Amino acid sequence: MNAVAKLGLKQRYSLLTRGLDWEPSYQSKSAIYPYAEFEGIKIHDWSKWEDPFRLTMDAYWKFQAEKERKLYAVLDSFAQNNGQMGLTDARYVNAVKLFLTGVSPLEYQAHRGFAHVGRHIPGVGPRVAAQMQSLDELRHVQTQIHTLSHYNKFFDGLHEFPHMHDRVWYLSVPKSFFDDARTAGPFEYFIAIGFAFEYVLTNLLFVPFMSGAAYNGDLATVTFGFSAQSDESRHMTLGIEVIKFLLEQDPDNLPIVQKWVDKWFWRGHRVLGLVAMMMDYMLPKKIMSWREAWEIYFTEAGGSLFQDLSRYGLRVPKYADVATAEADHISHQNWAVFYQYTHAAGFHTWLPSAEEMDWLSEKYPTTFDKYYRPRFEMWGEMAKEGKRFYNNALPQLCTTCQIPMAYTEPGDPTTISFRHSHYKGDTYHFCSDGCKDIFDNEPEKYSQSWLPVHQIFQGNCGGASVEEVLKWYRLNLGADNLDQAGSPDQAQWDAWMEARRRVAG
Amino acid sequence: MTIEIKTLKVEPRRQTFGHIARRYGADKPASRYDEATLDVQATANFHYKPLWGADHWLYDERRTRVTMADWYKLRDPRQYYYATYNIARAGQYQTTERNIEFVDKRGLLAHLDPAWRETVETYLLPLRHMEWGANLNCTNICDLGYGTAVTAASIFAAGDHLALAQIIGRIGLLLDGNTGASLDRAKDRWMTAPEWQGLRRLTEDTLVVKDWFELLLAQNLAIDGILYPLVYGRFDAAGQALGGSAVSMLTEFMNEWFTEHSRWVDAVIKTAAAESPENRALLTGWFATWASRAAGAFAPLADHVLGAEEGTRALAEVVGGLQARAKTLGLAV
Repeated sequence: MNAVAKLGLKQRYSLLTRGLDWEPSYQSKSAIYPYAEFEGIKIHDWSKWEDPFRLTMDAYWKFQAEKERKLYAVLDSFAQNNGQMGLTDARYVNAVKLFLTGVSPLEYQAHRGFAHVGRHIPGVGPRVAAQMQSLDELRHVQTQIHTLSHYNKFFDGLHEFPHMHDRVWYLSVPKSFFDDARTAGPFEYFIAIGFAFEYVLTNLLFVPFMSGAAYNGDLATVTFGFSAQSDESRHMTLGIEVIKFLLEQDPDNLPIVQKWVDKWFWRGHRVLGLVAMMMDYMLPKKIMSWREAWEIYFTEAGGSLFQDLSRYGLRVPKYADVATAEADHISHQNWAVFYQYTHAAGFHTWLPSAEEMDWLSEKYPTTFDKYYRPRFEMWGEMAKEGKRFYNNALPQLCTTCQIPMAYTEPGDPTTISFRHSHYKGDTYHFCSDGCKDIFDNEPEKYSQSWLPVHQIFQGNCGGASVEEVLKWYRLNLGADNLDQAGSPDQAQWDAWMEARRRVAG
Repeated sequence: MTIEIKTLKVEPRRQTFGHIARRYGADKPASRYDEATLDVQATANFHYKPLWGADHWLYDERRTRVTMADWYKLRDPRQYYYATYNIARAGQYQTTERNIEFVDKRGLLAHLDPAWRETVETYLLPLRHMEWGANLNCTNICDLGYGTAVTAASIFAAGDHLALAQIIGRIGLLLDGNTGASLDRAKDRWMTAPEWQGLRRLTEDTLVVKDWFELLLAQNLAIDGILYPLVYGRFDAAGQALGGSAVSMLTEFMNEWFTEHSRWVDAVIKTAAAESPENRALLTGWFATWASRAAGAFAPLADHVLGAEEGTRALAEVVGGLQARAKTLGLAV
């Protein structure tokens, strides 16, 4: 006899999870959830939250354990078989360096940030989902370290990634981005990372790196990428559920959420400039151009997303049109910055080869030949004459995104774009209207920015000379920095390839 | 005949990351636990003060009064990183899943003495809410704590407490034939039954503790240190004569988990206490407060389940055991 009712997944999940919360009476709700109200978000009924995935903890452990077993089997075999020798070219490793120093620490920040949200959002459904995302993000940082640990054994530029992330000038771009989200209230964090980053922009960060790995023979990283995919799709469904829920709960939430969407779109766009440069310049075998990626993943996919969200009154982020126009320029301008400052970077640079320049001409028909090819060709000539161009002045940084002020005016690619604001007797400088708006909305916050160049001039970064600063970064001078050509990485790669030819012969 | 396999000799240029090598005092191969844990959290040059607490940086050692010269001394003796944690728990849960199926298929809960069945509902099922409180506390420690060694282990503990709450929920569903009625009754008890109010007050009070290390001690040493031996030890033993062995099977995970969890808790408390006389005094004071509060809060439940006399004796023995444990950790009990 078995008269026991079968439970549906939703009902079972609800009984095992949603019922856990209670109305406190010995402590006030506001003492238990002290950060739930200061942002002005109004939630009337948490029970309206639709759980986007209904994982009980036992199911979570089971799925994740299975994925980890497979991933680590691949990592072990990659290490054992010296998988790094299957790469298309040693130049590829520089993308990996940028990833470990610039992106993996963000996964860690996401882990701690989702722990904060997973404690402080006063609804049991989103809280449990955020806790699981916190665990996932810890997974991502730890598996990335384990994946790239093998590269660290053979290549330069990876050996001090946490130390570098806290100090190096260009790494303050991703670091300040996540510090910004983490120091915001729990709802803004949820929109910034869960929606703007994970949902709208993740395809422009994660996919290019992982596809780049696949195209360039990096089996370890691509396996990590595949393994993380099911986590990412959970995070995306959570991100979309959050924004819909906030917008459905109260019409007063719309202007607040719109402001966050505008802000985090632009912040994200600026950080993704590093990915743009990686795609167009650093991958020996290209996947597609940044401009093509932007069209597919932002203009098309983002377009239909915002169309869908327009029924809540939400509009396309402010300056999306500017960002789209910048897609023709941003990778070239960024790579030019790193080429000039290669002595101060933790990865190598090079000038694109003739074939690569032709590829760029084809992909950027309206801009590359006109504005960027001449510059790269001139630098090539200078290098041939023994006058390789280094910029020895420290650049002015944008107070908001912290990128050197090298971007040009919308519609005028030969004029550098400068904006400024005054706050409490000081002048603050910006690269764009987007960055200026963000500052003007929260000047108290952004006036605190730890700007690497200011810090160097104030004497807080190891000393007054470039060399002292680089040592403070713990860069191995002559190994981690400078051109790919002549680097120990390249010399070793050439020796491997030569030995392989001998063995094969 | 000899076979010659042609190989390339590829020598690594370094064995591990700089921050690990400095800790080892040498460049030598590192464990996956160490690479996944040590120095992973940012420590310097934060950009903005949190809007939700401008008196601290994002990661700030001063969020607790405990001080450590090196927060990575608070190692996890289980050496859990994400993969090993999930693989270990998935394995443990397989046994639980089998036990649940076995008890269900054989209808073993029908052998429970009816009065004891009522008692089990009374003492076991409301605990899911207490586990949920523990989950929030451990998530909070991950949020506010300093150094990945202790914060990563804390989010794992948070996941554990959610799972523990859900196992209790599943036992409720076995008892009520999947209607959820037993869980509703359990929530009523949690909210209103006199024997639960001290425990609910205790739980809600921990939810507002500001010092994360105090919270770590209160939750993981004082509260867990009484709850597990009392409920899954003493209460469970009392049920044995009353057909309760099926309940023991269903809660085997709890005992196994508590033993393992305590290894981590003990290592953290012991290391922090050994760091300085100030830490030791601080931890001792917190322990005195929270152990005595927890003991007081559990007393009505122990009396209710075991009877006044036996309840008082059992609780006193459990508390005595906890105090002996605290002494071995270096607290001045």
